[in-house]
Amino acid sequence: MSINIFKINEDLKEFIPQEVIDLEEKATWGNPKRGVMDLPYAKELLEEHSLCAGCPESMAFRYILASLPNPEDTIIVNSTGCTSLVFPHIALHTVHSLFGNQNAVATGIKRTLEWRFPDKVKDVIVLAGDGATVDIGLDCTLQSFFRQEKITTICFDNEVYANTGGQESGTTVQGHVFKMAPKGKQWPKVQMWQLAIDSGCHYVVRMSVSSPKKVEQVVKKAIYVAREVGPTYLHFYTPCILEIGLNSDDGLMEMRDKDKERFKFFEYVSPQAEEVIAKKKEEGLL
Amino acid sequence: MQKLGEELRNRAGQKIVDPEYLLFEAPREKVFMTGSEVVKEAVKRASVDASVSYPITPQSEAAHLIGELWVEGYVGVYFRGESEFGVMSEIAGCSMAGARTITTTSGPGTLRAMENFPMWAGSRLPIQLVLMARGINSPLSIQPDDLEVSFLLDTGCMVWYAENAQELFDMILAGFVVAEQPDVHVPVINVINGFFISHTRESVMLPPDDIALPPYNPYKAPMPPIDMEMPPGRFLRDPFVMKSNYISYATHTSWQFEVRAAIERARPYIKKYLGSLIEEFGDPEADIVLVSTGTGAAQSKEAVRLLEDEGVKARVVKLRTIRPFPINELRQAVKNAKVIFVPEFNVVGWLEREIRRYLYKHSDAEIIGGPRVAGGMTMPPEIIVKDVLNYLGKEVKHVY
Repeated sequence: MSINIFKINEDLKEFIPQEVIDLEEKATWGNPKRGVMDLPYAKELLEEHSLCAGCPESMAFRYILASLPNPEDTIIVNSTGCTSLVFPHIALHTVHSLFGNQNAVATGIKRTLEWRFPDKVKDVIVLAGDGATVDIGLDCTLQSFFRQEKITTICFDNEVYANTGGQESGTTVQGHVFKMAPKGKQWPKVQMWQLAIDSGCHYVVRMSVSSPKKVEQVVKKAIYVAREVGPTYLHFYTPCILEIGLNSDDGLMEMRDKDKERFKFFEYVSPQAEEVIAKKKEEGLL
Repeated sequence: MQKLGEELRNRAGQKIVDPEYLLFEAPREKVFMTGSEVVKEAVKRASVDASVSYPITPQSEAAHLIGELWVEGYVGVYFRGESEFGVMSEIAGCSMAGARTITTTSGPGTLRAMENFPMWAGSRLPIQLVLMARGINSPLSIQPDDLEVSFLLDTGCMVWYAENAQELFDMILAGFVVAEQPDVHVPVINVINGFFISHTRESVMLPPDDIALPPYNPYKAPMPPIDMEMPPGRFLRDPFVMKSNYISYATHTSWQFEVRAAIERARPYIKKYLGSLIEEFGDPEADIVLVSTGTGAAQSKEAVRLLEDEGVKARVVKLRTIRPFPINELRQAVKNAKVIFVPEFNVVGWLEREIRRYLYKHSDAEIIGGPRVAGGMTMPPEIIVKDVLNYLGKEVKHVY
């Protein structure tokens, strides 16, 4: 809609918590040029968070929410896992439905909003962990790509089922020892970004979230391309420092290390996506 | 919704009328059609925003026909999902985003989709599911059998059961109206026995197709629609799901109770829009009572007619709703019964279980679970007659 839904009735203001008042007064609304540089000054759309101290996933959340070009009309669908614990803190319409059905729910929301609001842009984003995206939800994830749904799917890959206590997942690296893989994982890491390309995504990125500016760029590109062309997919490394035995202040260095190897920046842009990105650059939005 | 002169019209251009007018007052014409075709006719008059489909026998045709309505502009969103699990999640997304929704499934599809049904109820989504009951695996069967209904009884969805195409038509329209009441707002599952109703033609009385139900207003829902048109209600410092937090347990429990309470609150609306939660047939003095649903009730009515020829007075109590269960209606209807038979289309006797539960200490009647058929068998009225005659110690003559 607009910032209007965040406006507080003056007569009730004295009863409203400060963080909600801040949302109206200090968050960035109606400005597609908003971005991670606003973080120190603007009210964030994430009110605190419930993740571990120093969790790289919390960084990813903050950068992504700061980068949404159209937060006043953005819906985020999530899934079960550490990410689902964060969503109640987000000042947008978000959905937790089931473990693994996030792209199906997002499909229904996107298509219905297009039908109900034909003259408005409503961005629908899926944000889920690697278990939800690649294992239990792979069917719904890929099928939404096949159907060319105009949604952006973001996978937080920590290479493990972290929230349930550290079990092997499809994106675990071969040989890594986790619960349920007591002899080490027997098969290679799923190359989900490649599956996304083969399944029809128009903009695909693999990287860590070590660079906030880069996160902003790819999130904006993915959302603009999804809006106009079709599905887009971002695969972010957000290591679980707890499960790989690191300290709270080690997350960033872990990501920088992996920036040089299996999470080396990789970007795929389809010809139609190129056009959208070029247009948005001309408009000064990228 | 647009205003045209004094009339309100929906997005398909149909005149919007009161549900009561559409259900009870509008002139009706007789047509001859299948249950699947009747689903199309009901959806056509229901201002439906979205439907998602998936093939499975015997419900596929109904889903195809909703697709035709989409082409004709009567339904806003329509597509084929990847599986019943996907479909029921997609339709949930449509409903969350503020759409009036309907979908269909059968047997194994129902079980594939299972995780979604309590989620629909817990998310307070007034989705309508038309369930054309068929056997569930294994062994493979595509034939009529309503075992799947027993799995749905505690999902938090309303479960209604139509006897014939006419009742299915009326229940689909009434289903939207009741399920979308702000103080109800839970899903409604309208069950029919697959093939017997979906694939056979019968006379149905239909109102004109240029009138329709008022469109769904998602802003009356107890949960805000997910469309960023209302303030988000979930900006919390202390989310309920947080571990080791007493309130999360209390919240979940009270929420679950509330879903069941919402089903209870549907009773007066069901009476208003369906007439009654049960239907009685036969001699009201008869103390032999056949309690059944759907096609079982239809066959029981035939059995009552045959028993009359044998000089035996019997009657039928047909349950039109299973959730909410017509507790008082059933107790009242069987208060003079000496024996109750429960004919069913499954091997487990879920309806018998329900009836025993609600009649315990409320009836002195002997309750006999059966006759039962399953896996695609028909239920000839003669097998009901045979069981009744055997019980009475009478000679069974022309019955095979």
